[in-house]
Amino acid sequence: MNAQAIAAQSAESLQQIPLSHGLALAAALFCVGAVGMLIRRNILFTLMSLEICTNAVALAFVAAGAHWGNPDGQVMYVFVVTLAAAEVAIALALVLLFYRRHHTLDIDQLAAMRD
Amino acid sequence: MELVSFYISALIALMASLLAVISRNAVHALLMLIVSLLAVACIFYQIGAPLAAALQVIVYAGAILVLMVFVIMMLNQGKAAVDQETQWLARENWLAPASLAGALLVMMLYLLWDSASRGAAARSVSAAEVGLAMYSKYLLVVELASFVLLAGLVGAFHLARRHTADSAASTNNAASTESVKSARGVR
Amino acid sequence: MSALTVLIAGFPLLGFLCLACAPLLIRRPLSESASAIIGVGSVALSAVAWAILATHHASPAYVHLWQWVSLPPLRVDFALYVDALTITMLGVITGVGLLIHLFAAGYMRGDDGYRRFFAYLNLFVGAMALLVMADNLVLLYLGWELVGLCSFLLIGFWYRNPENARAAGKAFLMTRIGDTALLIGIIALFWQTNTLGIQAAMAALQDPGHNDRMLAICALLLLAGAVGKSAQIPLQTWLPDAMAGPTPVSALIHAATMVTAGVYLIARCHALFQSSAMAMQTVAIIGTATLLVAGSSALVQTDIKRVLAYSTISQLGYMFAALGAGAFSAAIFHLVTHAFFKALLFLAAGATILRVRHKQSLDAMGGLARRLPFLCACFGVGCANLAALPLTAGYFSKEHLLLAIWHNQPPWLWWCALIGAAITGMYSFRIFYRIFFGPVKANDISRLPPAATRWQMGVPLVALGLLALAGGWIAPPLESIFVDAHAEPASLVVGIAGTLATLLGIALCWWFLARRPGSQALGLCREFLRQGWGFDALYQRLFVRPVLWISRVNRGDIVTQIYRGISALSLGANQFLSRAQNGTLRWYMATLLAATLLLLLVVHALARVSGP
Repeated sequence: MNAQAIAAQSAESLQQIPLSHGLALAAALFCVGAVGMLIRRNILFTLMSLEICTNAVALAFVAAGAHWGNPDGQVMYVFVVTLAAAEVAIALALVLLFYRRHHTLDIDQLAAMRD
Repeated sequence: MELVSFYISALIALMASLLAVISRNAVHALLMLIVSLLAVACIFYQIGAPLAAALQVIVYAGAILVLMVFVIMMLNQGKAAVDQETQWLARENWLAPASLAGALLVMMLYLLWDSASRGAAARSVSAAEVGLAMYSKYLLVVELASFVLLAGLVGAFHLARRHTADSAASTNNAASTESVKSARGVR
Repeated sequence: MSALTVLIAGFPLLGFLCLACAPLLIRRPLSESASAIIGVGSVALSAVAWAILATHHASPAYVHLWQWVSLPPLRVDFALYVDALTITMLGVITGVGLLIHLFAAGYMRGDDGYRRFFAYLNLFVGAMALLVMADNLVLLYLGWELVGLCSFLLIGFWYRNPENARAAGKAFLMTRIGDTALLIGIIALFWQTNTLGIQAAMAALQDPGHNDRMLAICALLLLAGAVGKSAQIPLQTWLPDAMAGPTPVSALIHAATMVTAGVYLIARCHALFQSSAMAMQTVAIIGTATLLVAGSSALVQTDIKRVLAYSTISQLGYMFAALGAGAFSAAIFHLVTHAFFKALLFLAAGATILRVRHKQSLDAMGGLARRLPFLCACFGVGCANLAALPLTAGYFSKEHLLLAIWHNQPPWLWWCALIGAAITGMYSFRIFYRIFFGPVKANDISRLPPAATRWQMGVPLVALGLLALAGGWIAPPLESIFVDAHAEPASLVVGIAGTLATLLGIALCWWFLARRPGSQALGLCREFLRQGWGFDALYQRLFVRPVLWISRVNRGDIVTQIYRGISALSLGANQFLSRAQNGTLRWYMATLLAATLLLLLVVHALARVSGP
């Protein structure tokens, strides 16, 4: 069996998962993450919820890319991961700073810094 | 067969995410998050994105979340924090936001349902293709992403650094200038 | 040649700059003598340059200085054009201007604004020279506006009195109406002939294929400008009020030079006016109406300067009537002689006013002949000229005017002009008689001014008196420029009729003054005439009151209220929305989700509506 045949077979088998199902999962994950960001006051949980949202978006990219047989989806995934890494690094540094100063992780107390 | 495994993975991802969001303990939540990410990695593999699946496991679950684990350990949240979370997660606090997000979900699902998914020749996209695309078409974006990473690195280093040495030096300076001033005043 | 033409306008402008900038340079007030030397000297140099130019150089000449604007096809050069008409006008400006400057050096002595006065006067002379030397209409307009500015500044010279400032503003606004029309006319003429040069435009008119109606409109617009500047009906009301300025200003600007700019403009563009019979007729009718209205108003004025102002308007009306009759050289000739004798009259009046302690009312004068014999003689010469008694300069020019009107206009216009001549005789005699004869009312004569001042004021009076007596024999050589309509020989009948009309007027006036009738009807009529036929009241009712009414209605300014409402709305919205910026992350997230939901709904609904 040559490579082309393997590709054809895998294409055949892969076709069974519709795009809309992948996107629906992405939407559901995003909404779960959004709920998390809305209801949690602990800044750590907010960050984790943000990760879920980011991941959901990445899933949407990859699913769409795979559906069209296009590498762009995965390229975008790489960028999303890059962004997430940078964001987590900065955010965690801020969390540490915040905790050191105020000895709390309540995000509503951060709002008081506005004044 | 793939369809069944897809649904199983999807279910795991959703449940794990939900548990992560409503968990009282930060470490438990983090573990649930890792489970969710791994499930999504499975889905990546199944829909024909092996590179994304690998990166998800190595970078996302492996590196980024481990970073969070370290931070949680440094913060050392105890029993008091769990009680505090329980108090914050009262029903009146989460009902309205959850229903809002639920409405959004319903809307998105309805739209997905509404737009019929057109069948296209789906195929697996290899890592080689992705690499070629990244370093030809998206070269500039890759450079920009490296800038973002560098900025993140520097920023995180600057923010998380303890300023004790600095502050000590500055107070020393202040003291020395004071003494100089007083000396002048005497003269 | 080019240097001389530039110098004629350049000396006074340089004088203006010196006088204006002197305090900056020498850091202390300029003495009166220095101001007078700079002010009078610059005009004297200018007059010398004119004399050399007039005697030694052939005209016409074109002097191109530099290019001003170049926007093809529009091209404006800073260029001067000198021909016999320009030389004549320059002679009046520099010659009469010099004499009046000299007079003013004595007259204004002791005034706070001595330096300022001479700076303005010098600027005026330079601008007026620029106006008459301009080769193109844009440059002419520049000079036109500059002399208007000087007029404004000098009428309001004693600006501490609000009345003077009001008169200055009135003069400025009234002439501005005409100026705006002139500007439109210049643009329209450029549109028609594709050139702004005066000579080029007049030459272009000779080509066939022009729109006659448009050219007539151009001529009427230029006429409107001339009417504003020369105080003709319906824009004549500013000139009597302009007498608020110092008397030398009245003599120079409001009698001899600036108000004749309108006459010059029409004479300069005579080809344009001649191309339209209707425009010529309009000029003639405006002139005739003005000379009658202003003459009759001059009959009853009690302020000595207002009499002279109305007589100026009336004489300008004569010039316009002659222009309308096609007698351009006659009009310019009368312009020159009028400049001589009216300047003489104003200066003599100014000297008289100075001697009776700044009283200007005729009622406060009388019987001054024995006390002021020299001024009486000067004033008498001026009045004789004004009334056009035989053998004076005014007689010669007036005869030319009447002859032209007789030959080229319908008879009723000639009769009007003749009646005007009679009225002129009446008011000339009246003012002379009221000041210098009759019962003595003013015993309070101030003593003679110092010798230097006496000299400065006396020399111009003598010189102008001689010019007014002998000016009739120095007819300006204008045949090269105008092909006058009246080629006919002088008519004895016309000459005798004019003289008889004047003598009749004088006799009538003598009779009136002797009898002093005072009936009620005559008093009412007199009041009407004194108000200048009620033009001021008419304009007040027609224009000023409606504008005041509108401004009163719109006191709150409706448009401003609208804008204020918008700003209040924005402020309110800002305050409302800034409440959303509360710094709470969860609140931001919730609004983000809600907005996304809303957006999806809207997009979906739109897709439903527009889709199948």
